[in-house]
Amino acid sequence: MDFLNAIIVLFNFTVIPALAYGSQLALGAIFVTLIYAVLRFANFATGDMMSFGTMFAVILTYYFQSLGFGLGVLPTALLTIPFAILMMILYMLIIDKFVFSYYRIKKSPPVQFAMVSVGVMFVTQALIRIIIGPSDRRFLDGEKFIIKATEFKEITGLAEGITLKSTQAITIIVTLIVVSIMFWFLNRTKTGTSMRAYSDNEDLALLSGIDPKRVVLITWVIAGILATIGGVLYGLDKSYRPFVYFNNMLPIFAAAIVGGIGNPFGAFLGGYVIAFAEIFVTYAYKRFISYLLPEHLEPDSLLQLLSTDYKFAVSFSILVIVLLIRPSGIFKGKVI
Amino acid sequence: MRNYKNVIAAYSIMIFLIILVGIFQSWSIALTILNYCLISAVMTIGANIQWGYAGLINFGIMGYTALGGLAVVLVSVEPVKKAWQVGGLNILACIWIIVAIIFVVKFILNRFDKSKLRNYSVASVILGGIILLRITAAPGIEAIESVDPAKTGFLGGMGLPVLFSWIVGALLAGSLAFVIGKIALGLRADYLAIATLLIAEIIVSIIKHEEWLARGVKNVIGLKRPAPYEIDLQTSEWFINLVTKFNSSKLNLINSISDKQEALNQMVIDASSVYVKLCFTGLFLTVVIILLIVTQKALYSPWGRKMRAIRDNEEAASAMGKNIVKEHLLIFILGSAIVGLAGAMMVTNDGLFTPGSYRPMRYTFVIWVMVIVGGTGNNFGAILGGFVVWFLWVEAAPIALFLINLFTSHLPETNAVRVHLIESAPYFRFLVIGIGLLLIMRYRPQGIIPEKIIKQ
Repeated sequence: MDFLNAIIVLFNFTVIPALAYGSQLALGAIFVTLIYAVLRFANFATGDMMSFGTMFAVILTYYFQSLGFGLGVLPTALLTIPFAILMMILYMLIIDKFVFSYYRIKKSPPVQFAMVSVGVMFVTQALIRIIIGPSDRRFLDGEKFIIKATEFKEITGLAEGITLKSTQAITIIVTLIVVSIMFWFLNRTKTGTSMRAYSDNEDLALLSGIDPKRVVLITWVIAGILATIGGVLYGLDKSYRPFVYFNNMLPIFAAAIVGGIGNPFGAFLGGYVIAFAEIFVTYAYKRFISYLLPEHLEPDSLLQLLSTDYKFAVSFSILVIVLLIRPSGIFKGKVI
Repeated sequence: MRNYKNVIAAYSIMIFLIILVGIFQSWSIALTILNYCLISAVMTIGANIQWGYAGLINFGIMGYTALGGLAVVLVSVEPVKKAWQVGGLNILACIWIIVAIIFVVKFILNRFDKSKLRNYSVASVILGGIILLRITAAPGIEAIESVDPAKTGFLGGMGLPVLFSWIVGALLAGSLAFVIGKIALGLRADYLAIATLLIAEIIVSIIKHEEWLARGVKNVIGLKRPAPYEIDLQTSEWFINLVTKFNSSKLNLINSISDKQEALNQMVIDASSVYVKLCFTGLFLTVVIILLIVTQKALYSPWGRKMRAIRDNEEAASAMGKNIVKEHLLIFILGSAIVGLAGAMMVTNDGLFTPGSYRPMRYTFVIWVMVIVGGTGNNFGAILGGFVVWFLWVEAAPIALFLINLFTSHLPETNAVRVHLIESAPYFRFLVIGIGLLLIMRYRPQGIIPEKIIKQ
């Protein structure tokens, strides 16, 4: 019985949150990696682009709520995602047309692209703050929990309970659906194959008649979908705050590089690697251990490897270690 | 000579703008902006050495700035004796443990061949070391942080003069750059950018959360100053006489004696803050001029030529027998040390150390915009970039507010759009900086004052 309790404690406080957080990171990391693979630059505007898409979802959610639309037990935000994605793609295409395309045609070095994306980051951040302001916003409605700890305890008769928030379940399910559709698209359709060909060798792809404009367009469309969904899911789970999204860019980068930048599947797994590492290293194991050990051996300290303040530092250290030992990432990424 | 005309014109416009602020807002604000412009200029000199001379992209500027700031606390604050008594021993033991870990890891790496076993043993040594560190440090840290937590709760510094800390800040930042350079310099350009960005984040989070070191997010206030304090000036005879002399014509216009005294008091208060800021300006200007001379000399020396050769064509330079790895590391250390110096200068100027305020937006990306806008590879350009961008960063909000009021003046006071725009005026600075960067990158990629190569 104690063993079961210990497992449930671990599951409730580490595995479920890490899965949800990892899914959010994974979507962002695939976004980074796609841009890197096809357009060939590190996009420093990642976090703010995700925030920009989420901003539309938040505004539309408020609008729908005022009209009385809703999905009942599910959050209204899910209804607004398609519209937010459209706005996001529109914004990305405008940015691409006026900013990035010039450097792409000139074949500028990646460093210049990165600096340009810093400029885009500033502009996007300004637009977000001017439109919606920097404050904290919650836009979750509908049922909050799927399983409550007390109910779980009553049903199973265990001392520990499992809490499953609806946002966590939605995050994991939506991520799996979106990512599987995306992999199907990349690997099985003709357009997806042409994208991969363009990413592998631009000149050969051009030679075999692949239209670069079309590839770039499709990349931004997929990027818009991923960025918006990732951003909205994060906002639903925690809350929407522009500043936090900028900070999230850093673990997202870490996930993309750990998985091997340019490799979407690696980025997907990288998101979970980073999330699990962050949570496992900063979790206090006291309660878990005290179920497993006999009573007189109970530990006094929290048994925490690092305090939760260092959550981000953990993922960055992993990144540094990966860069040192295997710069191409765990799953061999692309080295342009 | 024609080339210098641009430089002189650009700088005159900049100084004119600052004087305009002095006339329209106040001289105190103008001097604050000027001081920050000078500090930014030091940072851009540092970043420009790395990017403009050697083509290294360092997004970790925030980390070195924070470390320079930390140096001010560690050097100039009086030591907290009680904290040393209760927990100093544990902290010293921890330092020894860290040194021991480094030596053991180095020993393993040197002694054994590359293998899985070696990797595992290094990992287990580090993991075991961290656990040992935590066990040793925990009681000490708890004891230190409980010593009068509202005021101290940290080890304090060495109680030395604050100017000394500028050198220490540069040294600290330089030694950190040595470690980071050893780790990360082999990476490709955009990887290096990301890695340095994240490492800087780690450093700031350590400074933020280790409260025994510098009070973390609880901030250290009331740091020493290399300039006189306003309060002392306001009570000293010579200063009041000086103010009276300067404003005698204005004072003579006032007839009643009590009014005269009041006016004089107000003038003394204003003048004291201006005087203190002028002292800082003098100090900062000295630093900037020294750095400018040294970096200009270096740029046009054989060493500078070598750096440019490495930047423009690594393979050719390497074929000529230049040690690229060594030169990159050297320049990475030099640039970072200058940024650390700027960090120490900034904390000295503010008189307080607030680790919570170190954010990549303000301390990494804005500095980069300065370098790009001003002119990569040209020190005059980099300094000008520091001035222009900092000026825009500070003055964008008032200018935006003015423009919003101008364009919405036909709308009623309570109009929702107008109120919303006025509330969001501070964020127009991001817009101005971003659009400025994009325009410069597109239409003048070499910056306002481009790099020029003198043929020798």
